[in-house]
Amino acid sequence: MAYTAEKPALAETSDQLRARIPGWGVDLDPRDRPSVPRERFDPGSSGAHWDFPERQPEKWPRERSNEHKFLTPVFGTSCPPKGVSGAMRKYAYKRFSEARAAHWLILVAADRVDSLGSHFRSFLTLRPDNPITETGIRSELTHHGLASRMGKKRADLAHQPLDPVIIAGPWVLGGVAAYAGLKRVRKSVGRGAAQSRVTITS
Amino acid sequence: MQAMVYRGPYKIRVENKDIPPIEHPNDAIVRVTMGAICGSDLHLYHGMIPDTRVGHTFGHEFIGVVEEVGSSVQNLKRGDRVMVPFNVFCGSCFFCARGLYSNCHNVNPNATAVGGIYGYSHTCGGYDGGQAEFVRVPFADVGPTIIPDWMDDEDAVLLTDACPTGYFGAQLGDIVEGDVVVVFGAGPVGLFAAKSAWLMGAGRVIVIDHLEYRLEKARTFAHAETYNFTEYDDIVVHMKKITDHLGADVAIDAVGAEADGNFLQHVAGAKFKLQGGSPVALNWAIDSVRKGATVSVVGAYGPIFSAVKFGDAVNKGLTLRMNQCPVKRQWPRLFEHVRNGYLKPSDIVTHRIPLEHIAEGYHIFSAKLDGCIKPLIVPNAA
Repeated sequence: MAYTAEKPALAETSDQLRARIPGWGVDLDPRDRPSVPRERFDPGSSGAHWDFPERQPEKWPRERSNEHKFLTPVFGTSCPPKGVSGAMRKYAYKRFSEARAAHWLILVAADRVDSLGSHFRSFLTLRPDNPITETGIRSELTHHGLASRMGKKRADLAHQPLDPVIIAGPWVLGGVAAYAGLKRVRKSVGRGAAQSRVTITS
Repeated sequence: MQAMVYRGPYKIRVENKDIPPIEHPNDAIVRVTMGAICGSDLHLYHGMIPDTRVGHTFGHEFIGVVEEVGSSVQNLKRGDRVMVPFNVFCGSCFFCARGLYSNCHNVNPNATAVGGIYGYSHTCGGYDGGQAEFVRVPFADVGPTIIPDWMDDEDAVLLTDACPTGYFGAQLGDIVEGDVVVVFGAGPVGLFAAKSAWLMGAGRVIVIDHLEYRLEKARTFAHAETYNFTEYDDIVVHMKKITDHLGADVAIDAVGAEADGNFLQHVAGAKFKLQGGSPVALNWAIDSVRKGATVSVVGAYGPIFSAVKFGDAVNKGLTLRMNQCPVKRQWPRLFEHVRNGYLKPSDIVTHRIPLEHIAEGYHIFSAKLDGCIKPLIVPNAA
């Protein structure tokens, strides 16, 4: 079809579609669509019986966006900020608005510090982190891991090999750093001992 | 109680946590009888959403039984069987008074750019979610609704997010009779968006994905015409070819932050977190529609910048419409559609997983194993 004013014809008419597809066109009239118009002022319809909600007790200084005038009357109380990651989170909220990349990038960095610290702390508990059970990787054996991928045109197969790198990467890097640090300590201890032997002999 | 707990990217486990207490007079504590893993939970699971803390319990799709209510709760009582929208909202602020429940200003101290969501990081308010045996439900007189006697549990749990979000996505498209609608993503939200597009009078509904089993579902469940983008050198060109080189009238991005189809975009967004998400589907939507069209975005993205082709959207005169779905606003009409048989939300459920095996559930859903489209979670105590 040339580029003319006509709308390209459809394969099926509305009547044919109505006959083939259950409910076709029942919301054709925008007035039947619940989110049309986008804003519909009707403060009495929500079930709220307050103008402004009673305030939930603040049991610790709750971090909040500096774009808010005050702490919202209700908020989640999961996982209060703790340790280094907690300090990073508080700084991100206090110093940078949501408009600043720094706000979000510090929060993402805090997430990584939090997870690494939690993994290390877990080894001091009776339930250390277990990468086998926590990644659910066993389902590869029980839920057709190979068959779900073999011979399939799946775009995600190109990057799935990165997943183990992302999961294990911090551990490998941590191990390498720990090994290098240990080696350095042993070396400096060895050098110190040799020096003291020299001092003693001389 | 038993609860799913985040341990870091790609790692979760079930732990014993305290049963949540009443923290506000309008709180309820709900014993969860069924939950679900949402595609957007995978963004948390993969460590993409800022301020996701170790110890957080995910889960924003759940139904249950009221266990306890706060002193000011009037509409619910112990023993009521309830479905809870994924939005936490007060019902009385500027936004709630206008029906924008997903944009409530009174429930999320951590951000003004998003409302409150159960189990969706501190960026969404720091509320523990429903992938647990019990959950705190704020504003019990506003959010939850008693599940009608005639409604199945599996339909009810899918009406707490996936189904209304797809339906809402179709509404954002401003579909008129005979429109050509292209839906990117054949996951739960995309399937419901495609199905809903017909209800609004679409003349042709096209679904794009790369997973053949999901495209098969789009054909059978949503009566859609489907294309696997891996079979085409350039899916945008193909979309032009099949629409007389004009483009579709409406596009719906039902994929969001972990879109595939461009390796660099995906890796930069989903793997290395260098952008708020991989906007491949959104960019395809922008480029696949005709000039003057509407692009609806209901796929979830993180708050960090993303490499979106905004110039094309400007030059084509597109209308971009988007939001988190205000679920409760959709319910009366959706209940009618379910009762009339126009929508059967539970038709997309593929897996039912005990809470104690939730780590496997996340991996199956994330790695797209075993034909997984929608996994439900069933707590032990149910």
